[in-house]
Amino acid sequence: MTLLSVRDLTVKFKTRESSVTALDGISFDIARGERVGVVGESGAGKSITGFALMNLLSRPGYIDGGQILFEGQDVTKMTPKQVRAMRGNRMAMIFQDPMVTLNPVLTIGQQMIETLRAHRKLSKEEARQIALVKLKEVYIPSPEARLDQYPHELSGGMRQRIVIAIALLLDPQLIIADEPTTALDVTIQADIMDLLLEMCRSNMVGLMLITHDLGVVSQVTERTMVMYAGRIIESGRTRSIINDPQHPYTQGLINALPQQTPPGSRLKQIPGTMPTLSAMPQGCPFHPRCALATDECRAVMPPLTQYGEVQVACHEVQRLHRELAKMEAAQ
Amino acid sequence: MTNAATKAGTQPGTQGRDSGALLQIRNLERRFDVDAGFLESLKFKGGRIVRDTRAVHAVNDISFDVHKGEAVCVVGESGCGKSTVARMVASLLPPTAGSIHYEGQRIDTLKGRALLPIRNKIQMVFQNPYASLNPRMTIGQILEEPTRYHNRGVSTGEIRDKVTQVMQSVGVDPNWAARYPHELSGGQRQRIAIARALTVDPQFIVADEPISALDVSIQAQVLNLMLEMQEQHGITYLFITHDLSVVEHFGTRVVVLYLGSICEVADTRTLFAAPKHPYTKALLSAVPQLKDDRPNHIRLKGEIPTPIDLPSGCPFQTRCPQANDRCRAEKPRGVTQPDGSLVACHAVEEGRTEPGVESGMKEAV
Repeated sequence: MTLLSVRDLTVKFKTRESSVTALDGISFDIARGERVGVVGESGAGKSITGFALMNLLSRPGYIDGGQILFEGQDVTKMTPKQVRAMRGNRMAMIFQDPMVTLNPVLTIGQQMIETLRAHRKLSKEEARQIALVKLKEVYIPSPEARLDQYPHELSGGMRQRIVIAIALLLDPQLIIADEPTTALDVTIQADIMDLLLEMCRSNMVGLMLITHDLGVVSQVTERTMVMYAGRIIESGRTRSIINDPQHPYTQGLINALPQQTPPGSRLKQIPGTMPTLSAMPQGCPFHPRCALATDECRAVMPPLTQYGEVQVACHEVQRLHRELAKMEAAQ
Repeated sequence: MTNAATKAGTQPGTQGRDSGALLQIRNLERRFDVDAGFLESLKFKGGRIVRDTRAVHAVNDISFDVHKGEAVCVVGESGCGKSTVARMVASLLPPTAGSIHYEGQRIDTLKGRALLPIRNKIQMVFQNPYASLNPRMTIGQILEEPTRYHNRGVSTGEIRDKVTQVMQSVGVDPNWAARYPHELSGGQRQRIAIARALTVDPQFIVADEPISALDVSIQAQVLNLMLEMQEQHGITYLFITHDLSVVEHFGTRVVVLYLGSICEVADTRTLFAAPKHPYTKALLSAVPQLKDDRPNHIRLKGEIPTPIDLPSGCPFQTRCPQANDRCRAEKPRGVTQPDGSLVACHAVEEGRTEPGVESGMKEAV
């Protein structure tokens, strides 16, 4: 059952002269309890997608078109009151840096109780009890003591656990996690990812995991979307994307990882850099870096097309599939 | 401590003084005073005012060698002292105790002009190319300044030629000399940072997390550049990183640090095939694997202790699954294993490691 359905979402940023397109008509669905990864390099539009879903875009960014249907309601058309009722309650977000996310002048308890009482009619004591239960769920040692501590008294890993506990406070249906472990060490990252996975599985919570780390995506998510220059260029089951990427950019991204090349030899690099939003090339945005680019790629933007279980936006893939179909028809 | 050093001195991980190692680090220590001023050091204890200074023990008694042509990687989690080691090797920070020898010459005590020839040989590349390049200087000025400083009396034309040549060698268009850093992307900036290190033709580059701030596809570009420089100029690297997949690809030897102490020193292949120290095992198991659905990572209990109050005995004992009374009392020394790696662990020394964990790890890594 569909929890979230995004259709043709376009986000623009106003500049002095005109505006630039940060998200160019992206469409995707997330089912109840489904874990979806969003990968891509910085500037691809991953975080903007997360912000748009939470209706958190602020000037100069704005939603220029499209729909975000969450539990049947269009987020883009919500009144501020409806947004407040949804945000943190039905849909919650976990940000990259827990030190910035938590309020440094409030104790952990105050922040958790405030969140609870903003959405539900609870006494302070009742809210405190719920906060305690949630802290225990995310394996915080001695939770009673933590409630009265300030964020600076805790380590990075502990803080991110608390951020997860706050995100889970009101039993949301969807968690958007924007690079939740990028600021943390590997051993702590592994713990936090285990925790996120466990929480989503046991509570049937949907997860949109925004990350640049393909290893993390491979371990946590069921489905993956690859973004490039404000578009989804490939989407499908995580396993199939990792093992059999179709789009030249996805292939490049996976092949560029050091573990894909024998030690000491040259890594397979993608030449060049991602185009800036203000100087988007004509046609496929990846064509200046693509070895397979043809005149068609330079002129026409390839649409995101369904091939079996995967969606790919690439003329070359399209051509290959057309030829395959022809061969099959001939046989 | 001295005993440990002499013992370690005869081992392959850290060979003796005359082993011909390019860089020799011996019993290196660095403390940072938390209560730096006199007034800050005054404490009120038991009804009296006493002087008491606390210190962060960032690096504790580290010894290892770097041989010519090697790429030695120092890995560990934040706060383990890896960047402090890098800065001491690059003579940016004096050690509290211990010594650093480069080509047999002691460099940690050098000051002022005496340091110049060393700076010519050892250069450093920093983590964040947004912070390490002066925003008010053009790329040309950034590259010309060290070239001129280290080659006094050389004509401007020659310096320009040198800068052009270095820019070409790192794959940067020499016409960019007139641009400012903000006009470049992160990967391009890191190329400039590497180019700046190369302008003085160094033999040794200390790179402190040079690719951590970059995107995956750009990481590959910069790593390839560093590999190229190694082949073309025979540069030796001391590479500080927390990314183990980069270590496996780039490093010839690995030094694993935990809380300022060495856990394990081993050849890269040996370390990844058969990690021995319980901390190394936990670290390797935590790396997310691309093809593997869910290798069970070893969960460590608790958190890294503060380097102000180091735990007694082994620094890892508070989180180690194999810790016993001896670990809590006595700091383990580096002991050479049959495969040549150096491991500082009582459990490994006594053969107390769980066989189950070991076999599980090999599958995971």
